[in-house]
Amino acid sequence: MLTDSPAPDTHVIAVAVNGVDYRRTVGSRLLLSDFLRHDLLLAGTHVGCEHGVCGACTVIFDGVAVRSCLMLAAQADGHAITTVEGLAPGPDELHPLQAAMRECHGLQCGYCTPGVLMTMKAFLDETPAPDEAQIREALSGNLCRCTGYQHIVEAVQLAAAQLRKSSP
Amino acid sequence: MTTRKFGAPIRRNEDSRLLSGQALFVDDVELPGLLHAAFLRSNVAHGRIRSIDVTAARARHGVIAVYTAADLGDYWAPGPLLVPPPPIAGITFNQRTQVPLAKDKVRHVGEPLACVLAESRYLAEDALADIVVDIEPLPAVVDLEKAVAGNAATVHDDVGANVAAHVRQSRGNYAAARAQARHVIARRLCYDHGASSPIETRGIVARWDARANQLTIWDTTQAPVFLRNGLAAMLGLSERQVRVIAPFVGGGFGPKIMLFYPEEVVIPWAARKLNRPIKWIEDRLEHFFATTHERGQTHDAEIALAADGRILGVKDVFLHDTGAYNPYGLTVPINSQCTLLGPYVIPNYDSTFTAVFTNKPIVTPYRGAGRQHGVFVIERLLDIAAKELNIDRAEIRRRNLIPLDAFPYNNEIIYQDFTQLSYDSGNYEPILDKALELVGYKHFLAEEQPRLRAEGRHVGIGIACYVEGTGIGPYEGAKVQVQSNGKVSVATGIGTQGQGHFTVFAQIAADQLGVEVTDVDIVTGDTDQFYWGAGTFASRGAVVAGNAVNEAAIAVRKKILKLAADHFECAEEDLEIANGAVSVVGVPGQAVKLGALALKANPMRGAVQPGTEPGLESTQYFGPPSGATASGVHAMIVEVDPQTFMLKVLKYVVVHDCGTVINPLILAGQIHGGVAQGIGNAFYEQLVFDEDGQLLNASLADYLLPTALEVPHMDIAHTVTPSPLNPLGIKGAGEAGAIPVGPLFAQAIEDALELAAKKVELLEIPLSPNRLFELTTAVPKNPQ
Repeated sequence: MLTDSPAPDTHVIAVAVNGVDYRRTVGSRLLLSDFLRHDLLLAGTHVGCEHGVCGACTVIFDGVAVRSCLMLAAQADGHAITTVEGLAPGPDELHPLQAAMRECHGLQCGYCTPGVLMTMKAFLDETPAPDEAQIREALSGNLCRCTGYQHIVEAVQLAAAQLRKSSP
Repeated sequence: MTTRKFGAPIRRNEDSRLLSGQALFVDDVELPGLLHAAFLRSNVAHGRIRSIDVTAARARHGVIAVYTAADLGDYWAPGPLLVPPPPIAGITFNQRTQVPLAKDKVRHVGEPLACVLAESRYLAEDALADIVVDIEPLPAVVDLEKAVAGNAATVHDDVGANVAAHVRQSRGNYAAARAQARHVIARRLCYDHGASSPIETRGIVARWDARANQLTIWDTTQAPVFLRNGLAAMLGLSERQVRVIAPFVGGGFGPKIMLFYPEEVVIPWAARKLNRPIKWIEDRLEHFFATTHERGQTHDAEIALAADGRILGVKDVFLHDTGAYNPYGLTVPINSQCTLLGPYVIPNYDSTFTAVFTNKPIVTPYRGAGRQHGVFVIERLLDIAAKELNIDRAEIRRRNLIPLDAFPYNNEIIYQDFTQLSYDSGNYEPILDKALELVGYKHFLAEEQPRLRAEGRHVGIGIACYVEGTGIGPYEGAKVQVQSNGKVSVATGIGTQGQGHFTVFAQIAADQLGVEVTDVDIVTGDTDQFYWGAGTFASRGAVVAGNAVNEAAIAVRKKILKLAADHFECAEEDLEIANGAVSVVGVPGQAVKLGALALKANPMRGAVQPGTEPGLESTQYFGPPSGATASGVHAMIVEVDPQTFMLKVLKYVVVHDCGTVINPLILAGQIHGGVAQGIGNAFYEQLVFDEDGQLLNASLADYLLPTALEVPHMDIAHTVTPSPLNPLGIKGAGEAGAIPVGPLFAQAIEDALELAAKKVELLEIPLSPNRLFELTTAVPKNPQ
């Protein structure tokens, strides 16, 4: 395991992920993305570039969309994180964003999708009625190599409308 | 009566898993005792290896093993030639394939030298720094023209002048055609293609199970069956002992089909040797060197025309960069050579290319696979011809289109699938008309452009035509089975990287078997589920595997009807299959569910009749005699900022004909994604090598993939000309979006900036703001 590193500099962290409290010992240099994927086995968060450009590893950290490959696990101590596994309201349900992505064919290989979902979740929380230009701007930090973005933009518009309907 | 699923915009079966983070990708495989691999790679492009000292790395805490070429012993061997050269007379082909770990010499930056296996990826990467390598640098072969000049260094010491291949193909008599021409136009055109850059990099997990004597590989490959067969042979195992699983794969676009990447050779071998499971996941920096590219060609091309703009002939001589090795044979340059002919009647053609070894990463097909290069040449030549002959750009294309009554149309040269380059079907003029109408061609040129120019805006229009050879052989297969729970299982050997196979194959089977699309469970890319297959490439998955699914589903349908006829003691013609059951037409209540029939087809007592098989199952194969040729036209209106040379695409139109459409929603997605990659290639993405063969922009911060701000809204329309080569009438669509974008950009930007008046021609791709600045300011102003 990554956390069996012989390095003396380890930290005990307490972190809430998708509403579940975890207490773990982690090495100082362990990336938050690796911690989520390989220590907590929440592999839905994907890693595309490990240098903060592609956005695939985006998670919501205390309500803000962040790139988990640019953070250390130790920095998450005392914080709350939502990953793609925590987006849907229940096991056989989809969040309106997830449902809209399916409806509009907003994903192909699906590798960038978790990052797109988390970025757009935080975006729609702040901007419930975005126009296309705003969506494209907010989406521009997430690289997708399959879709050409058009169906993702349509999905975000649909999700925004659905979310406005359900919480007026 | 049930609604037909084929042709409907069915939502995808695979999405729920992908959207909830439950889909398995290679890096998600976690196994007890897993070791992690890291590769030490050459930091020089060309050099002789004096020594590699791994002593300190081996001694590091947490490191289990470090291997170099010497440790591989007899297992060390150059990889196989994936695609042999086509049967073209007079061909030269020098096969030099990649090796698992470099021995004696390194030939490109990133070539692996040593492999570290450690208890964590962090420790494995730490240990790379402990390895001491001494390499004597040699002059790097980078530039294509210099590479083939007599005095250049040689990438492979025994291959003089770095000639990997030399191929000439011709049709008719170009010299005679030229002699009759009213107009001859000759230009040098350069087209550079880049890195496919899927968001998931490559990766492999290997587990040797000593008790079962079985090796299991999870790999981001587009060709799991070939990987299984090759690994079994290399490791001295039977194919039954090797299981390759290509789970969900995060984009491929061509380079994930290359066999065998060095990591795919070393990791399974080490897993067996150490009896420990091993994972290797490529990082993004490695991806720029260790995964194959597509790159550049330099064409010296000439077109001979009649006074009315009809093409009399084309001559083309080009150099093709094949990188340090050529395991994929000649697929890319052959595609360039063939696809240059496009949708046009070109009665005389003389094309010669030289594939050149360079000290750069290996070149293998990336979406479009060389087709872009050829399309760029013919489309630009036609643009220049239109200008010089004072014929409208759309009109000169129309005059040269292959007419409807000429199909099947034989171009009389050999294509990548080794058959004659013959277009099975097509109807090109309506595609052009529709594109012109959708983009508002006449209106734009007559009214919009003059009005906007009067406002000081720099707007231009472009239109480009292309064909795409798709759906080539050899074959794919599918096993269709009705399960006792009433659901249908379909297994096929191809891998999937986002094309919607779980849905389109389900649509095909659902129609034959009268079930819902959601009740068809598709398995792809697991060699234990389906033994045979070639892979996902050349826009062939839907065509070849799709037709195999159809054939197998038809065979199962026959078995269902026969069994149900026995059951009801009626004629098969009186039966209907719908809603997961077989019923007797006109007799209410006389119905049996498919699951019950499946149980009945596998009885515990009684005899299975001679000449029949148990179960409602069939395995069928489909192999088309040759590829199905799709076609299309892209049109675009662009605005250029004359200060910054930044672009804004105001309108983008694709009209496309890929035969019968299985799922228009998924098809639109394929086109959108292709166009986005084409836009990246045309204006944003370029692999920049220096004279030492170092790649200067190996990060996603410097190699610019287009974002949601660069890719515009696209309007898509289809015409339908079914392929006569398969019962479903389908043609491939995977690469169509990407193919004509380069010439479209060049043409529209020339128009927007009125470059003809400045005597500037855009004869290269990629362009960029910087490059436009250089090209438009380096030329002396027109002295008028």
